[in-house]
Amino acid sequence: MKFTKFLALFILLFSFWLLLSTKFEGWFHLFFGLLSTALVTLFTYDMVFVSEDRGNNIKKLFRFALYLPWILYQIILANVDVAKRVLDPKMPIDPRMITFRSVLKTDLSKTTLANSITLTPGTVTIDIDEDTFLIHAIAKESADDLLEGTMERKVAHVFMEDE
Amino acid sequence: MLITVINVISAVFIIVGLFFIVVGTIGLLRLPDFYSRMHATGKCDTLGVGLTIIGLIIYNGFNFISVKLLFLVVFIFVANPVATHAIARAAYKVGLQPWRRQ
Repeated sequence: MKFTKFLALFILLFSFWLLLSTKFEGWFHLFFGLLSTALVTLFTYDMVFVSEDRGNNIKKLFRFALYLPWILYQIILANVDVAKRVLDPKMPIDPRMITFRSVLKTDLSKTTLANSITLTPGTVTIDIDEDTFLIHAIAKESADDLLEGTMERKVAHVFMEDE
Repeated sequence: MLITVINVISAVFIIVGLFFIVVGTIGLLRLPDFYSRMHATGKCDTLGVGLTIIGLIIYNGFNFISVKLLFLVVFIFVANPVATHAIARAAYKVGLQPWRRQ
C-alpha cells in the first residue's frame, strides 16, 4: 500500500519534471531529475492521496469540472466589482467582518469554499475555526450575497456532503 | 490573415489582463486599510495575470511552452487566494482592527 502510493507519486512527479525540463536525452539531466523526484517523493508521499472514499472520487472530479466555469464567471464579476469600487471617485465601500457556520465537514471542501470566497465579489476569508468562517466583506451587499449560501450549497454538492 | 487574427485576440487578452493589474494597483493605493487592500490585490492579480498568460498562450500556439504557461495559470489560481488568506489571517491574529465607515 505504502509502496503503491510512493510509486504513484513518483511517476506523477517525474512526468511533471519531464514536462517542465523537456530535455529527454542525456543521462546527466535525467539523473538529477530522478534524484530530486525521489527525494521530494520520499518527503511527501504520506501527505498526498489521503482521501478515504475512493469510489466517489471520479464523480467528485466530474462535479468539480462543472463547478469551474461558474467560479470563473464569479471571478470575472469580482474583478469588475473591485474595478467599479476602486475607480469610483467616491469609493462606495463599507467594510465589515462577518462570521457564519458552515455545514461542510472535510478539510478539502472547506479549503475549496474558503478559496472560492476569496476569489468571488467583495469577500475575503480571514480565518476558519472548526466550522466557523470569519469573512471580511467590502460592502453590505457582498456580505448579504455570501450569507445567502449559494456558493456553500454548490461546494457541498461537488464534495457530496449535501445529504 | 490567421496570424493577424491570433495576434489581435492575444493582444486583447493581454490588454484586459493589464487593465485589471492596474486596477488592483490603484486599489492598493486608494483603499483605506489593510483588509480592504487584500480585496484589490487578491482578486485582480489572479484574473489579471491569468488573462495575460492566456493571451501569451494564444500568441505562442500549442507547444511545450504553452503547456508550462497553462500550469502557471492553474498554480496562480490556487496559490493566490491561499496567500491572500495567509496574510489576512496573520494580520487578524496580530490584532489589526478593520477600518469602518463612521
